Amino acid sequence: MTEIVRAASAGTLESSDAYVEIEPAGQGIEIQLESVVKGQFGESILAAVRETLAGCGVERARVTVSDRGALECVLRARVEAAVLRGRGDC
Amino acid sequence: MRRSMLFLPGNTPNMLVNGAFLGADAVILDLEDAVAPSEKDAARVLVRNTIRYMDFRGCEVIVRINAVDSDFWQADLDEILPQKPDLILLPKSSSAQDVLAADAYIGQKEAALGFAPNTVRLMPLIETALGVENAFSIASACPRVAALFLGAEDLTADLRCQRTKAGREIEYARTRLVVAARAANVDVYDTPFTDVNDDEGIQTDAAYAKALGFTGKSSISPRHVEVINRVFSPTQKEIDYAYEVMDAIRLAKEQGRGAIALRGKMIDAPIVARAEQTIAAAREMGLGREDRA
Repeated sequence: MTEIVRAASAGTLESSDAYVEIEPAGQGIEIQLESVVKGQFGESILAAVRETLAGCGVERARVTVSDRGALECVLRARVEAAVLRGRGDC
Repeated sequence: MRRSMLFLPGNTPNMLVNGAFLGADAVILDLEDAVAPSEKDAARVLVRNTIRYMDFRGCEVIVRINAVDSDFWQADLDEILPQKPDLILLPKSSSAQDVLAADAYIGQKEAALGFAPNTVRLMPLIETALGVENAFSIASACPRVAALFLGAEDLTADLRCQRTKAGREIEYARTRLVVAARAANVDVYDTPFTDVNDDEGIQTDAAYAKALGFTGKSSISPRHVEVINRVFSPTQKEIDYAYEVMDAIRLAKEQGRGAIALRGKMIDAPIVARAEQTIAAAREMGLGREDRA
């Protein structure tokens, strides 16, 4: 399991990007999403974030995603980069 | 065919995801100068995902990693190589040793990934005075080297001179690189023209690079891609002449003649070689005779 030990962020608020913040949490995954396409694509964005966190071995974290129309591969990259910066071994 | 190569900053999604639609024969996803040191980690992951998930529609994918004297280059390769980019652009290549260091590391990774040797080719970026002087040994350092690439901005800083539009300060470097690359039987690419609003300037600069023998030219702006592609493509007149040369050669062979003339001029080996290169380029562009039939 990958432990998030510090608050970290990755990405930008520019178009086609996403700004992802991550911080330690007591238990489980908590995600806050802000996106202009939340109504139509919110569920798939959340699923991609959850899947990326699981792939990185993160089971406990609070995550905030400010989406600016990022493609899924961009969103996943920003989540992964935030994890890399917030995890214990770096 | 690589006529144009377009640099795209490696941590800027809105440029990366549009890379396939900008008309360039190759895109260079940049992890070096376009990315701040504090963002190298995020850019690496973003570029890796971009290559993994985006369809570049036949556009070649090149990644400029960080230089071998930096702390970043091995981590760049660890992340990028599994995605099998076409080429790695190696900045600050100043000696064969720089190239061999990257070659050895890529070779180990290729073996671990189950890739055939030299699947991912190297393009040393020559942008130091020492690199220019060592151009031939760099170009012939190992079979992984596919081309040389001139970087004039860093080079002129190293030469302690101003970079100008006329480019007289890089005249020696340009000709030296072309000769070195051709002697080593690899391609050679020219430095970007950096004034993105000078449409006449890019035309002149690209035409000059072609006249010197460069294979193609890089660009930092999508605006320059079309001009570069046009300049480095054979014209219809050149293509027609190339086919006439090859037809004359064939006819002469059938008739058992040794000496061949076309339009009153003797056809010798260099003319045939150039005709073959022109026809190969025309075929890649879909302009070969068989494409017209």
